[in-house]
Amino acid sequence: MRVGIITFPGSLDDRDAARAVRLAGAEPVPLWHADRDLRRVDAVILPGGFSYGDYLRCGAIARFAPVMSELVPAAGSGLPVLGICNGFQILCEAHLLPGALTRNAGLRFVTRDVRLRVENTGTAWTRAYRPGARITVPLKSGEGAYVADAATLAGLEAGGQVVLRYDGGNPNGSLGGIAGVCNAEGNVVGVMPHPEHAVGELTGPSADGLGFFASVLT
Amino acid sequence: MSEPKGRGPAWTEERRRSDEGRRGLKGAPEASGETLLGLTEAEYARITGILGRRPTSAELALYSVMWSEHCSYKSSKVHLRQLAAKAPPSAALLAGIGHNAGVVDIGQGYAVTFKIESHNHPSYVEPHQGAATGVGGIVRDILAMGARPVAVMDALRFGPAAAPDTGRVLPGVVGGISFYGNCLGLPNIGGELDFDPCYAGNPLVNALCVGVMRHQDLQVAVADGPGNAVILFGSATGPDGVGGASVLASAAFGASVTGGAAGQAGEAAAKRPSVQVGDPFLEKLLVECCLELYAAGLVVGIQDLGAAGVACATTELAAAGTGGMRVRLDAVPLRDPSLGPPEILMSESQERMMAVVEPGRVGAFLDVCAKWEIRAAVIGEVTDAGRLVMTWHGETVVDIPPGSAADGPVYDRPFSRGPDQDALAALDPAVLPRPADVSGLREAVLALIGSPGLADKSWVTDQYDRYVRGDTVLAMPEDGGLLRIDEETGLGIALATDGNGRYCRLDPYLGTQLVLSEAYRNVAVTGARPLAVTNCLNFGSPEDPAVMWQFAEAVRGLADGCAALGVPVTGGNVSFYNQTGTSAVHPTPVVGVLGVHDDVRLRVGIGFGDGAPASIFVLGETEAELGGSAWAHVLHGHLGGRPPAPRLAAERRLAGLLATAAADRLLAAAHDLSDGGLAVALAESCLRGGVGCSVRLPGDPFTWLFSESAARAIVAVRPGAEEAFGALLARHDVPGQAIGVTGGDHLAVAGCFSIPLAELGAAHRATLPALFG
Repeated sequence: MRVGIITFPGSLDDRDAARAVRLAGAEPVPLWHADRDLRRVDAVILPGGFSYGDYLRCGAIARFAPVMSELVPAAGSGLPVLGICNGFQILCEAHLLPGALTRNAGLRFVTRDVRLRVENTGTAWTRAYRPGARITVPLKSGEGAYVADAATLAGLEAGGQVVLRYDGGNPNGSLGGIAGVCNAEGNVVGVMPHPEHAVGELTGPSADGLGFFASVLT
Repeated sequence: MSEPKGRGPAWTEERRRSDEGRRGLKGAPEASGETLLGLTEAEYARITGILGRRPTSAELALYSVMWSEHCSYKSSKVHLRQLAAKAPPSAALLAGIGHNAGVVDIGQGYAVTFKIESHNHPSYVEPHQGAATGVGGIVRDILAMGARPVAVMDALRFGPAAAPDTGRVLPGVVGGISFYGNCLGLPNIGGELDFDPCYAGNPLVNALCVGVMRHQDLQVAVADGPGNAVILFGSATGPDGVGGASVLASAAFGASVTGGAAGQAGEAAAKRPSVQVGDPFLEKLLVECCLELYAAGLVVGIQDLGAAGVACATTELAAAGTGGMRVRLDAVPLRDPSLGPPEILMSESQERMMAVVEPGRVGAFLDVCAKWEIRAAVIGEVTDAGRLVMTWHGETVVDIPPGSAADGPVYDRPFSRGPDQDALAALDPAVLPRPADVSGLREAVLALIGSPGLADKSWVTDQYDRYVRGDTVLAMPEDGGLLRIDEETGLGIALATDGNGRYCRLDPYLGTQLVLSEAYRNVAVTGARPLAVTNCLNFGSPEDPAVMWQFAEAVRGLADGCAALGVPVTGGNVSFYNQTGTSAVHPTPVVGVLGVHDDVRLRVGIGFGDGAPASIFVLGETEAELGGSAWAHVLHGHLGGRPPAPRLAAERRLAGLLATAAADRLLAAAHDLSDGGLAVALAESCLRGGVGCSVRLPGDPFTWLFSESAARAIVAVRPGAEEAFGALLARHDVPGQAIGVTGGDHLAVAGCFSIPLAELGAAHRATLPALFG
């Protein structure tokens, strides 16, 4: 199983995503933003960071990177794609996922270990979790407030496309406490918290995040 | 600031620069006023003597920034020399003072480089960008050594927490560090936050960076090899920060902020163009670009551009190398085409580096830059002519011997013990009213734990990314930051910074040793072995003999302390002129200690854990030592008497014990005792782990709770390991007393008080959000 990890200029958690993939038992494959080549990987992760410095708007420039012209059709054909934090923002900008991420309610960057409820265990990236599982994963973002119009939100809730929800306190003002969503098919998932930073007690609050990377192997 | 000598012996900078003193211009500068660009008349005369003619405007600009206090260390180097002279022998040192940063061998083929630097004055003028570019500057220092930067820390000091100006400066500084460090992808793993009226108008913003490399990756800042190309790469040069080194960190800045609060704000606004503006995204690309250039072997020498920009990089590279360089200033990429040679030389535009590259490799070098979308321009070449020659559209505008600019003047400024030191020492805290009863003790504990300097710092640290890179094992509020370096072996490094202006105001010699001791101890409690020291020396005006005495005593204390603890100073930074009018900040040396951890999986944190009750021991000896203490400061606004006595031999034994106990898996928790004494340490360990404790104090409760005697720590011993731990205490000759056990949900002190953790936590956590929103 080969899992590609895209490095954009300003990607920061690409190394961590690769480690998580390795710990889950798959082979991490580096993908470069400027290459129109997915190197025949079986799944792709867009890691956290500040692609292009988050200038203009988070994810707005990365969306036009050459590698995205390969990724978008592949995602449409069912390739499992996970966007974490900045990766989630890029997936929204690329219209692979609905909604947008905006400035935190408190206007400050927030680093915090957050409790989450896994709401949908049918996606390519969450099927290793028990339904309703509670997990603890770090959140670290300045623009993590999920927003969408009322009809979109109602559609997400009705269609089971809310993948993760903040449990016991909303750290950034996300509508509906939404921390992660997926597309209708469930192969494209975006999450604001960082499961790759929860792969063990030594360097994270838990090993709860490993389930994302184990899911795509099954 | 940089005097690269390859892998030769450390301390070369001080020796080389002392030669300058023998060549003349030794002794105090004339008391006469300053001339152009911050140079004194005597310094101007010295320049005309070197050149045998009047300097051009470009040369004058170059000398003014190179001979600024910030770049030349002209007032401090006669004292800093002892740091080398008294340094203990260390097999771990690969490069010492005089390089961009010191380099330490941590074993298994890894080397670590670390350094702390001030960005105090810019952070007062424009808090957000001032603090942000402080991070950016120290990161480039580390990058220039060949290392990958892997973490940052910040030691921050502000005026009174409730003062309106603190409400402007603190959120800006924290936001700037968050903006730059997070976007750069470096975990922020610790630091300090303190408040004191003496820092109003002079906040201290000290940024530390640590980097890691393999031994063979060490880079040098030399321009060797005639014919080699000189390449400037990174950001284009703009007008930002022109003269920052000579204006902001200068007497001129200090003198300008004497007109009261309104005058200060006005002057600060007028100096704003001297503050640089940072682009962390570009710095991230520059980091990756440089590391790829190093890995491909494309670099002969490299220097970061910080204070004094192109002037500093060209003169220092040339002075350290074959000895000459020809530079075409019109080849420097500009973001403002109206800039002329003096501005280009003095600009402190951020995110720039300068490399020396063999002619045959220039193409490959530029290709790597292009991959990372980094602008690069060949602006000159190395010569063997012994002259630094710069041209501007064919016209020669600079022609100097580079060593004369790189080696500034040396001043042995007069110093004498301040006339108020005796009166200060006579203000014995023993006369202060102590809590009348046990409820008074309880109130004092809550007051301390909720005081701004000791309160929960999540308001600050939640704005920093501590997780990125995935190797952070311990971060604030732990005593020291701990990073994993090798995933296979568990090899890691621990870092802590400490400062204490109150101790150092009472006695700068003893105070500096206490600061060093605390940082050393904070590294030791994680289970790491302290290895090396960096320092950032924040003082008032060196032209005030009383301040100069504080400085001389602090450096002497640091040198003697490092010798006694067996840890060498590898580098550092001096910040003078931290004063408003005639009122200087407390002498505030901030000391950073680096330790090596053989296996981070055996790290020890400060929090009490749940499970079976663990025995709590107080290690070290507790005396009634309250001079400069947090209790006197918070409860009485008092500063006087003598600081606690440093116990350097005991510190060393304690550190040895802690490392062994951690390796033997005997400890469930360990926490150093410092500000606020045992009371604050117990409260912090309870709150960190969410588990209470029940203790019985062996002597006078007031003294045991609040004394700040040095060389002490508390440990929670794993159930069943008590006997082994007792044997270890005897073997390491460390006094230890069992005072109770962990467990429950109260901080319970028999016969005194029992505070629910919920109440303790509320008092601890409410303070900073109430102040800063």
